[in-house]
Amino acid sequence: MSVNERDGSLDEVVREFLIESSENLDQLDRDLVSLERDPTSRELLGSIFRAVHTIKGTTGFLGFPRLEQVAHRAENLLSKLRDGALQLDSARTTALLEVIDTIRALLAHIEANGNDENGRDHTELLAKLTALQEPQATGPERKGPGLSAEPELKAAQGPKAKRAPAGAEKEPMSVPGPPAPGPGHAVPADQHNTPTANLGSSSVPAAERTVRVDVDLLDTLMRQVGELVLARNQLISHAGELADGGRTLQRLSLIVSELQEDVMKTRMQPVEQLWAKLPRVVRDLATQFSKEVTLALEGGETELDRSVLEAVKGPFTHLVRNAIDHGIETPAQRLAAGKPKAGRLSLSAFHQGGQVILEMSDDGAGVDAQRVGAKAVQAGLVSAEQLAKMSPREVLDLVFEPGISTAEQVSNVSGRGVGMDVVRTNIERIGGTVDLSSTPGAGTTVRVKIPLTLAIIPALLIACRGSSYAVPQAAVQELVRLEGRALASQVERVDGALVYRLRGRLLPLLCLDEVLGYAPVPFNERESLDIVVVLADGVPFGVVVDAVEGTQEIVVKPLARHLKGVPAYAGATILGDGSVALILDVAGIAGPAGVTQGRAGAAQDGGGLTEASAQSEALLILRVDDRRLAVPLGQVARLEELDARQVEHAGTRRAVQYRGDLLPLAWAAEVLGLASGPLDGRLPVVVCTDGAKSVGLVADEILDVVDEVVHMSEVGAAPGVLGTAVLQGFATDLLDLPVAAQYAGVPFRRALDLASGTAVGAEEEVGANAR
Amino acid sequence: MPAETNTARLGQRPGALDLKGTAPGASARHLEVTQYCTFRLHDIVIGIDVCKVQEVLKHDRMTPVPLSPPEVVGLINLRGQIVTAVDLRPQLGLPATGELTASVVVRAGDETVSLLVQEVGDVVEPSPLDFEPVPAAVPARVRDVVTGTFKLEGVLLLVLDPDRVAARLDPSNVSMRSNRNVA
Repeated sequence: MSVNERDGSLDEVVREFLIESSENLDQLDRDLVSLERDPTSRELLGSIFRAVHTIKGTTGFLGFPRLEQVAHRAENLLSKLRDGALQLDSARTTALLEVIDTIRALLAHIEANGNDENGRDHTELLAKLTALQEPQATGPERKGPGLSAEPELKAAQGPKAKRAPAGAEKEPMSVPGPPAPGPGHAVPADQHNTPTANLGSSSVPAAERTVRVDVDLLDTLMRQVGELVLARNQLISHAGELADGGRTLQRLSLIVSELQEDVMKTRMQPVEQLWAKLPRVVRDLATQFSKEVTLALEGGETELDRSVLEAVKGPFTHLVRNAIDHGIETPAQRLAAGKPKAGRLSLSAFHQGGQVILEMSDDGAGVDAQRVGAKAVQAGLVSAEQLAKMSPREVLDLVFEPGISTAEQVSNVSGRGVGMDVVRTNIERIGGTVDLSSTPGAGTTVRVKIPLTLAIIPALLIACRGSSYAVPQAAVQELVRLEGRALASQVERVDGALVYRLRGRLLPLLCLDEVLGYAPVPFNERESLDIVVVLADGVPFGVVVDAVEGTQEIVVKPLARHLKGVPAYAGATILGDGSVALILDVAGIAGPAGVTQGRAGAAQDGGGLTEASAQSEALLILRVDDRRLAVPLGQVARLEELDARQVEHAGTRRAVQYRGDLLPLAWAAEVLGLASGPLDGRLPVVVCTDGAKSVGLVADEILDVVDEVVHMSEVGAAPGVLGTAVLQGFATDLLDLPVAAQYAGVPFRRALDLASGTAVGAEEEVGANAR
Repeated sequence: MPAETNTARLGQRPGALDLKGTAPGASARHLEVTQYCTFRLHDIVIGIDVCKVQEVLKHDRMTPVPLSPPEVVGLINLRGQIVTAVDLRPQLGLPATGELTASVVVRAGDETVSLLVQEVGDVVEPSPLDFEPVPAAVPARVRDVVTGTFKLEGVLLLVLDPDRVAARLDPSNVSMRSNRNVA
């Protein structure tokens, strides 16, 4: 019938039409939802009318009569709305949205089969569109169609479910979607792809400055640049042999770095792509559950690698559903609770320390920790005794366990107890973390931290039996090295499982060699123990490795199909020396060993131990001038030695660039009321954290770590000093960290006293990554 | 150090080029003949269709993959592509002894796999008349990957199908060495 059927493939014109139309439809979705809120906006109506008109015109030209018919009827209705002859109401919006879904389904069919005979009957929709053109539909009978719109919407759920294949088509960047037949598989890059085109809705002139590029080509470029980087790294090791002292190499190296950065940028897409789909989803769900929801979207311009964006789409849609289904209450419940009638759902995206944070919060009923706990006991996930010993945070974390749902009624959207665990699994698969916090009655906030890109990630290289393995840095909490007496006294065996006492908490240990199927080295034959503390499914555990080799940015490569069945590996990479290293999947290692399942048990044991050792404090001892200063180790994230020349001045404050962020500095000497020394040479810096906030504490020397019972005397108490205690036989000032942090202009929370300060701190540190 | 230096491109052999350069349908007589790269594993001579062989490398260092199926010897870096190296001997019922000296890189399905062999032989062009199906006496697991045989002078050439080798490696067909993987 049409030209396309004859070749059995889509010609250029049709493909161009499909791409353009799918972009137009996305825009239509957004415009219609905004129009419903502002029904008189002539500008929006005009834009909607033009979009539908374009589709209608082109379909007529290309010979898709069914599509043309639907578009034509919708155009008629729209033209009356635009001319002010009719008013937009809920029924008309719903019908127009249905038109968009229908057009989408038809377009998907055209893409797959080259014609628009998808066998669906559109007479009902066409009749509805005609009926809605009658002015009385908005007149006195306004309530009638308004109410009847509800069942219609329900009826529309069927076709909507079948809309799935259209999804791939409407999201042009989705590569792993259903394979589009037709030659070339030319999935186009979206216009938003380049920063210059990032103008949101009215991006018509931007089209002239952008080029559509096949995603496969971008992936190939990315891969090749990755290779180039590796080759450059190999070359650098031979720099000394070069005649001109490596100047050319240096230049090459610089160009390669810039090239890598730019190619990475081509893969970046604004979060807007994810946000853009939400108004429609929220509207549909709110109508379905008879709730009122206002949606606030922020930070749409934040850019993410397209693979990451693709990976969070599903989880986020699920979170939004959850929030509307059982987060936000019905208007009646909200009014009774003294809240505004319409619930508020806000999503924001922003950068933080080399990661992207996506945050969703609602002002709904919140998650009832008690109910979650009760459900968990009921489902047999934890025992009542274990539950009693869990912190509120740990209890809330149970919502991410499979089989937990606090919804009283199972709806077709949520409440089946699958979902949140899938959300977490999906986020963790891409190296991200999910964290949920909630205030009963006031709302819930879900915070998702994800890496900027999946293609190149920082990794820790470790050795096991002569081979190097990479562990994604995102999963690594800290490194611990045990020697001599500490090894004998702090590693214990509980029921055959190894545990290590890390600042009062019991940390399960796994020996990597054993996990990988090698015969383990008996502990009494080890002189030292390198432990990589990692976090999987929110549970910290230690991985005992043969050696820690360092950190490196690695290019992640997928494993061959026949190795995908091995859960211990997340992929492979090529190291600077050209050898292949496997990337360990932390969750995959933990799973078989039963570490994550034993979380409640470990928490219980740890709880007991924390109480027993509450008197003993782990403290970091610093030298400042001739005084000794102690900092709770729990709030120490890292020890660094920085070059004094790196210190930058911002107003009266000083800071250094550290891990892609600015680390404010506080001089311990100034806190103690002493003069700070000259700013030169190497500065020993203690990086202290409180949640996501960090402060670098500059000392003269880092002396030691002690674990002693602290008998504090108020003798030395002063601003910045809590008191003095005798540690290792010397009088030592105990630092008041929140006061010290003030010197750097960073507000730290105050722990109640030093003893609980450590306990809170330790938890804080583990939580820091999750938050 | 880089693998490239050891690369012997089989396609550079004049014979191979002649055949591959022939336009389809140019000569019906030629199309009947297939060229095979030959390799030795213990006393078995294996032939693989030259079209499926990408290159032959000297067996170099590789990264072992613990917990993998026993056939997987390790991973090699082939100009930035990570390729799985496979030892065919368990599959062919041969003892895992003797040095593996060469790596035959083949395209199997949509993946690239390196087959490790003990010795690399010539490219042969056996007469289609000498082709025989795999004898029934051959064990089933050998027949799984071998499509037929050619009687050459004094030796029997087993024709190996790389696609079938790759299919055998699929996790659903292989029992893992460690039961941890099942969990």
